[in-house]
Amino acid sequence: MQNNKVLITGIGIVSSLGEGIDAHWNALSVKPEPKLDTENFAPYTVHPLGEVDWNLQIPKRSDQRQMETWQRLGTYAAGLALQDAGIKEDEALCSTMDMVVAAGGGERDLTVDTLILGEGRTSNDRGVMLNQKLSTELRPTLFLAQLSNLLAGNISIVHKVTGSSRTFMGEESSGISAIETAAARIRSGQSTHMLVGSAYNTEHWDMLLGHELGGYLKSDGWAPLWQRQGSAGGGLVTGSGGAFLVLESAEHAAKRGARAYAEIEQITSGQIRRGRDDLKKAVQDMLEKAVDGDEAPFIVSGASGAHEPTTAEKAVLDALPGAAARGISGITGHLREAQFPLAVALAAVAVSKGEAFAPLEKSEKPLDKPVSAAIATTIGVTRAEGAARLVKV
Amino acid sequence: MTKYTDHLGRPIVAVTGIGVVSSLGQGKEDNWAALTGGRSGIHDITRFPTEDLKTRIAGTVDFLEESTAGAVPLSEKLAALAAEEAIAQSGLPMDDFGGPLFLAAPPVELDWKSRFELDLTTVDEGGPGYELMLASCRKNPNQHFFNTTQFGYISERIADRFGTRGLPITLSTACASGATAIQLGVEAIRRGEADRVLSIGTDGSVSAESLIRFSLLSALSTQNDPAHKAAKPFSKDRDGFVMAEGAGALVMESLESALARGAKILGFLTGCGEKADDFHRTRSKPDGSPAIGAVQAALEDAGLTTGEIDYINAHGTSTPENDKMEYLALSTVFADRIGSIPTSSNKSMIGHTLTAAGAIEAAFSLLTIQTGTLPPTINHDNPDPTILLDVVPNVKREMQVSTVLSSSFGFGGQNTCLVMGAEPVL
Repeated sequence: MQNNKVLITGIGIVSSLGEGIDAHWNALSVKPEPKLDTENFAPYTVHPLGEVDWNLQIPKRSDQRQMETWQRLGTYAAGLALQDAGIKEDEALCSTMDMVVAAGGGERDLTVDTLILGEGRTSNDRGVMLNQKLSTELRPTLFLAQLSNLLAGNISIVHKVTGSSRTFMGEESSGISAIETAAARIRSGQSTHMLVGSAYNTEHWDMLLGHELGGYLKSDGWAPLWQRQGSAGGGLVTGSGGAFLVLESAEHAAKRGARAYAEIEQITSGQIRRGRDDLKKAVQDMLEKAVDGDEAPFIVSGASGAHEPTTAEKAVLDALPGAAARGISGITGHLREAQFPLAVALAAVAVSKGEAFAPLEKSEKPLDKPVSAAIATTIGVTRAEGAARLVKV
Repeated sequence: MTKYTDHLGRPIVAVTGIGVVSSLGQGKEDNWAALTGGRSGIHDITRFPTEDLKTRIAGTVDFLEESTAGAVPLSEKLAALAAEEAIAQSGLPMDDFGGPLFLAAPPVELDWKSRFELDLTTVDEGGPGYELMLASCRKNPNQHFFNTTQFGYISERIADRFGTRGLPITLSTACASGATAIQLGVEAIRRGEADRVLSIGTDGSVSAESLIRFSLLSALSTQNDPAHKAAKPFSKDRDGFVMAEGAGALVMESLESALARGAKILGFLTGCGEKADDFHRTRSKPDGSPAIGAVQAALEDAGLTTGEIDYINAHGTSTPENDKMEYLALSTVFADRIGSIPTSSNKSMIGHTLTAAGAIEAAFSLLTIQTGTLPPTINHDNPDPTILLDVVPNVKREMQVSTVLSSSFGFGGQNTCLVMGAEPVL
């Protein structure tokens, strides 16, 4: 079996900080201020998407109309990654490119939902009422904007990535396994080049409800990521964004003269039984492996802000005396499925620049040595743990 | 000496456990008897009222306690039943499977029963709406409702129950999902990551909203009466698919590991192929090239020529579009031979089990190899004259087959094909 090096040769990111690598690097290299929307979803605060000109990556209006924001965001970020890798519109490369997308579901029609809830309060037969209202009020193609695998479907349509298309689901875990599987396929020779990533649109009430059913949202405004214990609610401040990567075998990248940001040296993932197994120990074991003996590791943490997993991760990070950790969701918000892809993308940028980005809050330590390796973590709000170790090419 | 690697030097993937649940019943035995007996599992929907609906039939699984509990409890139960049967057959420990889990599961949302229940907690606060529902959750989070919206929940429960290893993968490639779950398992064994894998496709998501969504896309049959005649793949008067539920599970192992523990081998997963379509969200490229590409890729991966496929377990949804496109693809790949390769669609009896279809149909493909019986395509009273397939019309056929191609196609340009065989391809 082959043992190929897995390189990151393209990065496409969109978040409240802007779009593209430079916008993110520039924002993160000085102590950035989070961009917040405290009003539209009050009492919740979200990190909103800035102005995006969809036309730049989704030229056909007819395609844009078939999608809601979540799918547009993913298709847009995927386009940025392909462009960054120099693969965009290269028919030969796109038509043989394999794709793994980590996806949740799309936005519901809140007007229809609210109408039905209203009717439901007075209806004698909710079942029949539901049939009538859904049959007459739902926009037929909205279903396609909601289907999980249709983000990948839209990427195929808009960017012509058609080697293969797989969609992983399961909140944060989907982002972890998408990158882990993509890397494993390249390492073993099952694929030569892959597009992998995710997107999340939090600026929609039903997306917020998905978290708050379990009481996970922070409801008293933004606070620095590592200082949310004891605040009202569950600690999560969510963000909208998308992060896609182009992964290639070193040989494939070399053959076409592509530059690489970093090598994915290893990915560790797991899923302990929360509430029964010791999360702190699981994170510690995983990080120990990823740190690989480095005394002053640079760690791009995807910690969500949710109380229990964030406390566990912080305890482990604090016990690594030389470690410089950056909790990115304090600045971008938690991107759920896209959280691990975003953490890996930003870690890759740091490795390629050879330097850490600035502490994002005062409890984070500066790192004065050059960065030749970086670790990206994501610990899911209720399940799944993952870490990647990226090294300089 | 036994050779443990295939024609490309990869670990050979053996199947050692098979499990199935569908509207025809629970377990391989009942399902196979019904399927080869040409019995339909399609019936009038009783789970929810069907007044004002164009389609009032489905292949729902109604015989379980969880059948009325919602999409997540039912999908989980179906997955667990299929997994239990497959693991029992494999002889591996029921609570310590020891390999990874790949689960194809339906995308789920908070169901209407829960939405109404949640809204009820807000009536004293004001008119209906999301803000008040969020406020209600803020005060009283509902872990049960939360779980039913979490795509990672079912796989966590299945992983916990059967003792699978590592981070389970939950996936969706629409109507090809079950096949993708198997493909991911095959790839993990071939990479040497795992000696054994559990691949499951499950779907218990038939509800008023899911049915109406497909109905609004004109994807469903409206020939409600009689229900069992509605699914008629490759017939001239076919008018859409029939939604259905079920689960299929396979335990797959590297041949070396299976033989080392003395497991009984039921068949081999010899090839997987896929190709995405960039033409349209629901329609296939008119020239069929992505489906053709998927079939060819599966054959190539298996190391077989078109002359070496004995039987095709077709996707055969009974929609005008799919069956036409599938015939185009198969007749292009197999050329003149296509008319003489028996090609039947299980969906004529079990309906379209959506996320589970690829896994259930892979299970049936393996049973076809094992038993030497080809399940029929029922309701084939009025053949489409432009589709020149031997669909094993209406009545099963006794015929030994050693290689089967199973195809799966889905919305979003998903095309995945599997090749299974009685023997590995060395």
